Amino acid sequence: MQLRRAFQGRWVAVGMLAPSMLAVAIFVYGFIGWTARVSLSEWRGLLPDYTWAGLANFVDLFADRRFHIDLINTLVFTSFFVVGAVTAGLLLAILLDRQFRGDSFFRSLFLFPLAISLVVTGVAWRWLMNPSTGERLSGLNLLLGTFGIDPLAWHTSDQPWGIAFVALPAVWQMAGFTMALFLAGLRAIPEELKEAARVDGASELQVYRGVILPLLRPVLLSALIILGHLSLKVFDLIVAMSGKDIRLDVPSIYMWTTTFDANNYARGAAIAIVLLIMVAVLVVPYLAWSLRREAEV
Amino acid sequence: MWRRLLVGVATSALVLSACQQAAAGEVEVFSWWTAGGEADGLAAMVEVFNEEYPDLTFVNSAVAGGAGTDARAQLATRLQASDPPSSWQGHAGQELIGTYVAADQIEPLNFLYQEEGWLDVMPETLIPLISEGDNIYSVPVNIHRANVMWYIPSNLQEWGVEAPTTWDEFLATAATLEDAGVTPLAIGFQWTHMHLLETVLLGSLGADAYSALWDGSGDWSSADVTAALETYHEVLHFANADASTLEWDQAAQLVVDGTAAFTIMGDWAEGFFKAQGLEPETDFGWAPAPDTDGLFQFLSDSFVLPVDAKNREGALAWLRVAGSQAGQDAFNPIKGSIPARSDGDRSLYDAYLTSAMDDWATDTVIGSLTHGVVANDAWKAEIDSALGLFLADGDVGAFQEALVAACAETGPCS
Amino acid sequence: MTSVPVTIAAPRGAGRRAWARSLGRGLRFGLLLACAAFFLLPIWVMLITGLKSFDEVSLARMWELPSGINLDNFAAAFERLAPNLLNSILLAVPAAAISAVIGSMNGYILSKFKFPGSDLVFTLFLVGMFIPYQSVLIPLVLFVQSIGLSGSLLGLILVHVIYGIPITTLIFRNYYATVPTEIVESGRVDGAGFFGIYRHLILPLSIPGFAVVLIWQFTQVWNEFLFALVLTRPQTWPVTVALNNMAGTQIVEWNVQMAGALLAALPTLVVYILLGRYFLRGLMAGALKG
Repeated sequence: MQLRRAFQGRWVAVGMLAPSMLAVAIFVYGFIGWTARVSLSEWRGLLPDYTWAGLANFVDLFADRRFHIDLINTLVFTSFFVVGAVTAGLLLAILLDRQFRGDSFFRSLFLFPLAISLVVTGVAWRWLMNPSTGERLSGLNLLLGTFGIDPLAWHTSDQPWGIAFVALPAVWQMAGFTMALFLAGLRAIPEELKEAARVDGASELQVYRGVILPLLRPVLLSALIILGHLSLKVFDLIVAMSGKDIRLDVPSIYMWTTTFDANNYARGAAIAIVLLIMVAVLVVPYLAWSLRREAEV
Repeated sequence: MWRRLLVGVATSALVLSACQQAAAGEVEVFSWWTAGGEADGLAAMVEVFNEEYPDLTFVNSAVAGGAGTDARAQLATRLQASDPPSSWQGHAGQELIGTYVAADQIEPLNFLYQEEGWLDVMPETLIPLISEGDNIYSVPVNIHRANVMWYIPSNLQEWGVEAPTTWDEFLATAATLEDAGVTPLAIGFQWTHMHLLETVLLGSLGADAYSALWDGSGDWSSADVTAALETYHEVLHFANADASTLEWDQAAQLVVDGTAAFTIMGDWAEGFFKAQGLEPETDFGWAPAPDTDGLFQFLSDSFVLPVDAKNREGALAWLRVAGSQAGQDAFNPIKGSIPARSDGDRSLYDAYLTSAMDDWATDTVIGSLTHGVVANDAWKAEIDSALGLFLADGDVGAFQEALVAACAETGPCS
Repeated sequence: MTSVPVTIAAPRGAGRRAWARSLGRGLRFGLLLACAAFFLLPIWVMLITGLKSFDEVSLARMWELPSGINLDNFAAAFERLAPNLLNSILLAVPAAAISAVIGSMNGYILSKFKFPGSDLVFTLFLVGMFIPYQSVLIPLVLFVQSIGLSGSLLGLILVHVIYGIPITTLIFRNYYATVPTEIVESGRVDGAGFFGIYRHLILPLSIPGFAVVLIWQFTQVWNEFLFALVLTRPQTWPVTVALNNMAGTQIVEWNVQMAGALLAALPTLVVYILLGRYFLRGLMAGALKG
């Protein structure tokens, strides 16, 4: 009697899950498959053209100078963004990992950029990072000037450093999120471990290096993966800041322009697949590792 | 209790959103005229439409975004789904023909031209540029001129220079200006660089050689093109360093502020100068871009008739208004362009526009690259990529090679 | 050799420690204030530009305060954006609510029912969280058109609900993992079926999970641009698309634009100010642990 009911419960459960499974199967995997099919075709105008082209689009893509710039930019942006957001998040978390008056105000403050679209703030950042010098000094350069610092070229710096500056608004948006992740991690560290280290004569700095930071590694890994995949997908921010300047080009923008401006659906799909592969390389090992770790627990 | 509230809100919202269905008798028109003079001009033309066709409702599906890329993306997905609007705005020329005619998505309009007698009022040199073979594919509403150089006369006087008439003169004047601490040329985002490029190409190569580049008979790898690109490279040395952060109007602002001397921009810039409170001829001046006197490098906003248009009769009604004297004279003075028809009411147009109408009637008509007349989208995108790479590395040789490749892959070159 | 006296280090008197502590506190507060100022910078720029009149707006005068509190821009922006703000509400509220319910159900199933393949299903869901939206844009539009929902908010809601399944499932699964299985067991022993257990035992415990998911989904859907652009018509545009439209293709009225941007950001900002602590609590409780 109990067994049957338990068994029925399980079937109902699977049944309730089924619509989601179907939706994900179509909207994620089905569509990815469609995109992959187009990337292997010769579709170059408004009319679908599924003539088989093999890997020609991919070969052309990797010989494409613009795509080279895209890949370098992605590498630079991801590095600066991830390192920036992790460092800022960790710093903020350490600063806020105590009870004091106003602590929750600061926490909410640092989290609020997440609530605002980058299309909205992108223009403000473009103004802030204005590189004009001399009479037309403006934005952050003006502020830096009052501290006696030379004006920077910001995102108009030579390739490939321009895009490193575009990481600044991205860090601004995501630092609060990383901070929340680290705060969670810090809270999970038992006080006894820290106390034991202090009793042994370790200074605060040594407590951090020896006890706290190593225990934050799983959180760090989650943060790296989430930030990493977001940076591969970045689109709205760069468009808002750059007006499609090729020096700041990234694969997701190239994909948009090549599909909708040049009507080259085959190449657009090829870029989309390369983008997917880059994300998969980052995400799949992590998912496998984290699931295995859960199974062990 | 919260849950019930949530469910209630969700259901009512769903019901509300499902009620937004389209009604019949509607004419849905896509454009990118969403703000400022453009939106106002469109509204004026819609008023004419409503007067003449009171039974039809105009649905304004305008989407903004630089020269319509977002609008075109939305249009592309509608066309993919075989759900075209009644009409859409496009740049007359290859932008429309290379994309939509090639995909059999717009209808030829010769019958309409004959019915309305437009062949008598639209310039002869214009018709071939908006046709494929003998088929005319769009109704041009306005004409803009691309090869115009703008400046503030009182500033030029102060600096002791004159508006140059050739590129050599420009380079000499620029050197003088630079010594005086003035930025010779104000320019903005990458598309404004393409805009400059086409005027330099036209000026350097001349009308015939320039046109030949676009129909496959010209040679992109020739020494003349190399010389033109070298000139372009030199001219860019005299541009403002922060160009990549400026919209075209912010670049024009530099001229107004006296920080820069010249900007080469289409004549929609006139609307900007006037909005700053400046008067044509007295406060701001213009001249054809160097070496292009007598040449009218044009672009035109025009409307098409989609195959399987929604409410085809309504679509035709809209096209009739767009091509009519009343419609064009309602739209253009506000928008800041000249009518495509030659019988516009001159009293409605200001000093610059009337001079442009004179030039339109007498000059040789040449097509613009940046604004979709001479090259289809795919080709223009390839040129844009090549230009972007050139702006990043300054390599003229590689730039020319890329242009040759672009013509071979996506243009008529073999 | 004679040992070095231990007292070479300065004596750790109570006084010295207190002084160090207040210095540390002061330093920390100073740092936090500096960070806070940096975080508020873009909003500040938007605010003062939104309060200026058209001729005061230029890059050169960016940091100058407006000559007066000019609320005209906000009024003008509101007039243009009001229907779109309504659309955004009609879009984001149902989408967030529905995807929260679905995520809760899925999270419950995947955390409490270990049927063969449940881990695989979960992983396959998670992968969906990471895909770039551009990659599925065209087939998505064709599909939505084929079921007759192109141009309506309903279609966009459906799309957001579906693409929200991975992350809402993840958050709830992680959340329910902390709920002891005994609760489910006791419900079963009492004779409750699947839905009974869910309604009476699981849902009441789910408030924190719902807080995180609702806030996250509302924000994501409200701010989303790409899908909104291609799946709606002017009558159904959410505020993100309408805001972009206000910029126009030629002369941009930056003061009205920034005022409009602030208006568009206001609802999500309000949600964060009022409910942000629940979101933070949820995040810190490990809601998004992979």
